[in-house]
Amino acid sequence: MFRRLITLIKKELQLNLRDPQSRVLLFLPVLLQLTLFPFAATLEVKNATLAILNHDLGGSGRELVQRLAAARAFPHLLMVTSQAELTRVVDEQRALVALEVPADFSRKIADGRTADVLAVIDGRRSNSAQIAFGYAQSVILGYADERATQAGRPPTSAVIVRNFYNPNLEYQWFILPVLVAVITTLGSLIVTALSVAREREQGTLDQLLVSPLTPALIMVGKAVPAIMVAFVQATVIALAAVFIYRVPFQGSVFALYLSMLFYAMSLAGFGLFISALCETQQQAFLGVFSFMVPAVMLSGFVAPIENMPLVFRAIAWVDPLSHFIVILKGVFLKGYGLADVWPNLWPLLLDTIFTMSIGYWMFRRRIA
Amino acid sequence: MTDGASFSVRRLLALCRKESLQIVRDPSSIIIAFVLPIALLMIYGYGVNLDASRVRVGVLIEDSGAQATRFAAVLAASPYLETHRYAAREPMVAALRSGAIRGYVVLQSDFGTRLAAGRSPAPVEVVADGAEPNTANFVASYVQGIWATWAGQEAAQSASVRAGSINVIARYWFNPAAVSRNFIVPGSIALIMTIIGAMLTSLVIAREWERGTMEALLSTPVTRTELLLSKILPYYVLAIASMLLCVALAVTVFAVPFRGSLLLLLLYTSLFLGSALGIGLLLSTVTRNQFNAAQASLNVAFLPATMLSGFVYEIASMPAPLRAVTYLIPARYFVNALQTLFQAGFVGRILLEDLVFLTASAAFFLGLTALKTRRRLD
Amino acid sequence: MTSAIALRSLTHRFAAAGSAALDAVSAEIPLGGISGLVGPDGAGKTTLMRLMAGLLKPTAGSLSVVGLDPLSQGAELRTVLGYMPQKFGLYEDLTVEENLDLYADLRGVVGAERKRSFSELLAFTDLAAFTDRPAGKLSGGMKQKLGLACVLLGRPRVLLLDEPSVGVDPISRRELWRMVTALAADGMAVVWSTSYLDEAERCAFILLMNAGRVAYAGPPADLTGRLAGRSVQLTGIETNRRALLGRALDAPQVMDGVIQGSRIRLVLRAAGDAPDLAALAAGPAAALVAVAPRLEDAFIDILGGGPGGHSGLAAVMPPVSLPEASRGAVIRAEALTKKFGDFAATDNVTFSVPQGEIFGLLGPNGAGKSTTFKMLCGLLVPTSGTASVLGIDLGRDAARARQELGYMAQKFSLYGNLSVLQNLTFFSGVYGLEGRRQAGKIDEMIHAFALGPYLGTTPTDLSLGYKQRLALACALMHDPAVLFLDEPTSGVDPVTRREFWGHINGVVQKGVTVMVTTHFMDEAEYCDRIGLVYRGQMIAVGPPDALKATAATAEVPDPTMEEAFIALVEGHPPVAGRAAA
Repeated sequence: MFRRLITLIKKELQLNLRDPQSRVLLFLPVLLQLTLFPFAATLEVKNATLAILNHDLGGSGRELVQRLAAARAFPHLLMVTSQAELTRVVDEQRALVALEVPADFSRKIADGRTADVLAVIDGRRSNSAQIAFGYAQSVILGYADERATQAGRPPTSAVIVRNFYNPNLEYQWFILPVLVAVITTLGSLIVTALSVAREREQGTLDQLLVSPLTPALIMVGKAVPAIMVAFVQATVIALAAVFIYRVPFQGSVFALYLSMLFYAMSLAGFGLFISALCETQQQAFLGVFSFMVPAVMLSGFVAPIENMPLVFRAIAWVDPLSHFIVILKGVFLKGYGLADVWPNLWPLLLDTIFTMSIGYWMFRRRIA
Repeated sequence: MTDGASFSVRRLLALCRKESLQIVRDPSSIIIAFVLPIALLMIYGYGVNLDASRVRVGVLIEDSGAQATRFAAVLAASPYLETHRYAAREPMVAALRSGAIRGYVVLQSDFGTRLAAGRSPAPVEVVADGAEPNTANFVASYVQGIWATWAGQEAAQSASVRAGSINVIARYWFNPAAVSRNFIVPGSIALIMTIIGAMLTSLVIAREWERGTMEALLSTPVTRTELLLSKILPYYVLAIASMLLCVALAVTVFAVPFRGSLLLLLLYTSLFLGSALGIGLLLSTVTRNQFNAAQASLNVAFLPATMLSGFVYEIASMPAPLRAVTYLIPARYFVNALQTLFQAGFVGRILLEDLVFLTASAAFFLGLTALKTRRRLD
Repeated sequence: MTSAIALRSLTHRFAAAGSAALDAVSAEIPLGGISGLVGPDGAGKTTLMRLMAGLLKPTAGSLSVVGLDPLSQGAELRTVLGYMPQKFGLYEDLTVEENLDLYADLRGVVGAERKRSFSELLAFTDLAAFTDRPAGKLSGGMKQKLGLACVLLGRPRVLLLDEPSVGVDPISRRELWRMVTALAADGMAVVWSTSYLDEAERCAFILLMNAGRVAYAGPPADLTGRLAGRSVQLTGIETNRRALLGRALDAPQVMDGVIQGSRIRLVLRAAGDAPDLAALAAGPAAALVAVAPRLEDAFIDILGGGPGGHSGLAAVMPPVSLPEASRGAVIRAEALTKKFGDFAATDNVTFSVPQGEIFGLLGPNGAGKSTTFKMLCGLLVPTSGTASVLGIDLGRDAARARQELGYMAQKFSLYGNLSVLQNLTFFSGVYGLEGRRQAGKIDEMIHAFALGPYLGTTPTDLSLGYKQRLALACALMHDPAVLFLDEPTSGVDPVTRREFWGHINGVVQKGVTVMVTTHFMDEAEYCDRIGLVYRGQMIAVGPPDALKATAATAEVPDPTMEEAFIALVEGHPPVAGRAAA
């Protein structure tokens, strides 16, 4: 039996690596995601434009503008001269945030009274705008503190912010560990979901079924290569993350690969389910697509799961990707060991058992 | 190429009728056109929520003074935070590490005295989970905002501590509650139009090649124009129907405001569909194989529309080369137009720019398709 | 204008550097009657059809169809042209009527003319009762008729039919032929492409193609006439006819030979120069009878003769030794039934096949032939009854039974992306061969089938003949006692088919038992016994000659296998309550 399994695995790997189309399908996404995603998939706010309408003729207003101009967050400052112009630059999305400094700004500061600054924030892109506004706010509050200290008054701002695990909030540190998961997903699903349909289309499935191989053995023979491909792809991304993108890796390699094993298995089971269900490769491809989009979108990859409504949180809990993402971020950034990954590992185990069972059930029902 | 026959409305109608019957009879077309959009809207509308409302935050108060207690109460009352009190630092750090909380606030034992003395360093310590950078940003700015407001009120109440502070009054235009759904949902309509226009169309034409029906059609007096139009028109109608469904859902279910003109929306959707259908037709004509067409449309149309259209990820934040690439992606202009039409209504300059680019892109892709479509098999 | 279609040094290459699919073809296809475009797979038939329909641009040379250039005068040509591609060009999710409506609109058939055409065509094709049925739900024969009806709308002057009879049973094939003959009689120019030489033989004119070149153009009778006196039948054989055929093919006087039931048909290299029957050990009653030559004889003659009688495979196959108990019924079906819902695809079928026999399953499309076959090799689970191989029940001990059987599918199901050697290694590994035994067996097969030069090639790039060799090698790697063949030679040229049957004859003599399904009457003649499946039931079982004898009538005293098939099926009383399709 073991020999026959090796034969099956060898065949599957040869099939996937010899065919130019499968090679493209397996390695183009790795390349694409490695080069594109770390730069494109970012919720950071860089290169934002800040518009300023300064009615204040005094020194404080000018000083505040200078502080804002010096801030790294805003390489472009757009000085506007009228209310109408301010409205226009925000409307036309030429500035993400616009600040209006009133005419009595310097006078109030000088008097030690509270001075107002009006911020107009483009709500059309509320996420980026809020972050940009946050940057502007801290520059303004910093300026206020400085003035207060100079005047011998206590500073108003007393909040010190530190970020653990990712001190500079580098978005790439977040995205690369997640990519390991997304790539593994694609690899395991493509190899399993398309393979049975492909054998069906080519007629080789019948050839396998008339042989002494049992359905279980055929299934294992499909799942193992998928897991192997997923491991290779994931390792490539992980190495690139550490050595090219300089993402710290602080946790246990063993915990990472153990979790990956269960993750890849749970997907391989699902892939085999799709594959046994579909007649053609094209249907299988659509099947993978309709699984991938919700699985990725609801996994915490784009938006945190805790922001979702209850139903979606429940779906996310079932989604193996969401657990694997927590493990990956933990292992990379938070130094997770085996004990730390356990709370997310056992749901993965449940997923594996479930998908492998329905995969086998569908396999037996539709094929053997 | 010579295509001597003249255009016939009857042939075109017959082909459109055939195409429509196929759409109606093939459950996968209906699923892609109507079920998938609803599912995607739900996923994007509910699942992709970037507003960290009720972030779970730990609070540790080491100072038993009145001021510390008051500030903690203000924190707890904030609609943006879900505070969890901890008695010691260690379990709180562990909770941060496991992801149970996304950040924590510590008021040290000398909070009250330092505040009174006005000495630095400042007494409020905020730690956020950098592994979730977006949420970390929100944790910091929420606590800062709450602190600034509280400090101002405290100052106003106690005459002893006068603060020459600056009060930043924030006003969100177009989207006063800063709900991310208001820009995510309109943006996802661009994604849905891409799926119908490019992916579905590329599949159906590739299917004609695979099943040999294209060969039969080409041996009849059908002209190239009729053939192309018969593929464009039914899917255009299907996509518009799906778009209207999406708009209806966006406005009713997701309560996203629609401030623009429906006519303009039709215009921009039509222009975008010009590009999307053009890409779909082009891919299927070139690949003539459903599987390759699906894969190509995924990479050429769907991925760019998700990643580089600016509908979730900010284009301005991307590196310059990538920013340059986004100018070539029709979805970028459509997403922009959608977000404007939904939230702002009418902004001439933006809409004009989108109009120009979308028209050019539609002309380009449809033209290229017309050029690549031949009445022959080779 | 005397010719319907004129080809002038017509050449077509798919890639600039590739070999020519059509190589400087010049011919005139006459008006009137059915013109056959004949040749083996890969001869360039479909390419020529597409060129005539204006769907391809010739690389060099030119052609005219009813005096029109298919490219520069395409629009004009298309109004008088009907072209039915291989898959009939039907929209499967549209009904019969919707398909007709579409093509009527496309061809400008409107108003009263349309009404008249529809009623005419529906009557002509017998489809009037099925206008609401989706084309995808029609049987193969009905699809074919609907495809024809769609191209006949608008009364084309030229009708191009690309392999209209592939995968269609003899009954539907004959009906289609009748319909097209009627059209040709009305003056329509018909080009009918086919790989069936018996079909081509009935054409008024044939264009015989081989490897992109014209091997012969003219009336088929002129070609077969050249073979006068060279076709003979060996009757009264009392010895093993498979071994005898092998010996006869090795005789220098014999160019070609096939088994026909209990007789052997030989084509001699020269008229009158017959081999010595005593030297062939044909037995005392053996005699040679002159028979009329066939187009296939002439075709083999043009290609330079058959493959000879030696099978390298038989030389390396070990003899199959079975326990006494299982020799009588190596394959056994007992009350075998398969139901899909209410519909019984196979209905209570019982038969057995003894060791060393070739058993053929024949039947019209959808009769249940392949369902029965699939249950016997374990691809389908019977609803009731048992299927067993060597006495092992496929339902109970599938893995053990499967180790004993070899299977070769119609499409030569190999891994198209793996190399020839990787395919051999894989299939031997699947059957548990390993180490030195595996290497030895692979070596033997490479040798037996002369696969040596192609070990690194992928099956996709092999010719059909080599694909078939490789598929057979993969199926026989584990020395199975039983071999299942599913339409093993469809679309294969006659020379390759003879080579294939040479191998099968060889392994049968080693004691292998063979079960084969086929639509091909020549193949049926190779069988020891034939089971005719119709409407889920086995309506006749017996040796080919016995079946022919039961179908014999006063008008047709010596029916062909095809005539016997049609007579038996049409004479079978319909069973109440079964769907006709």
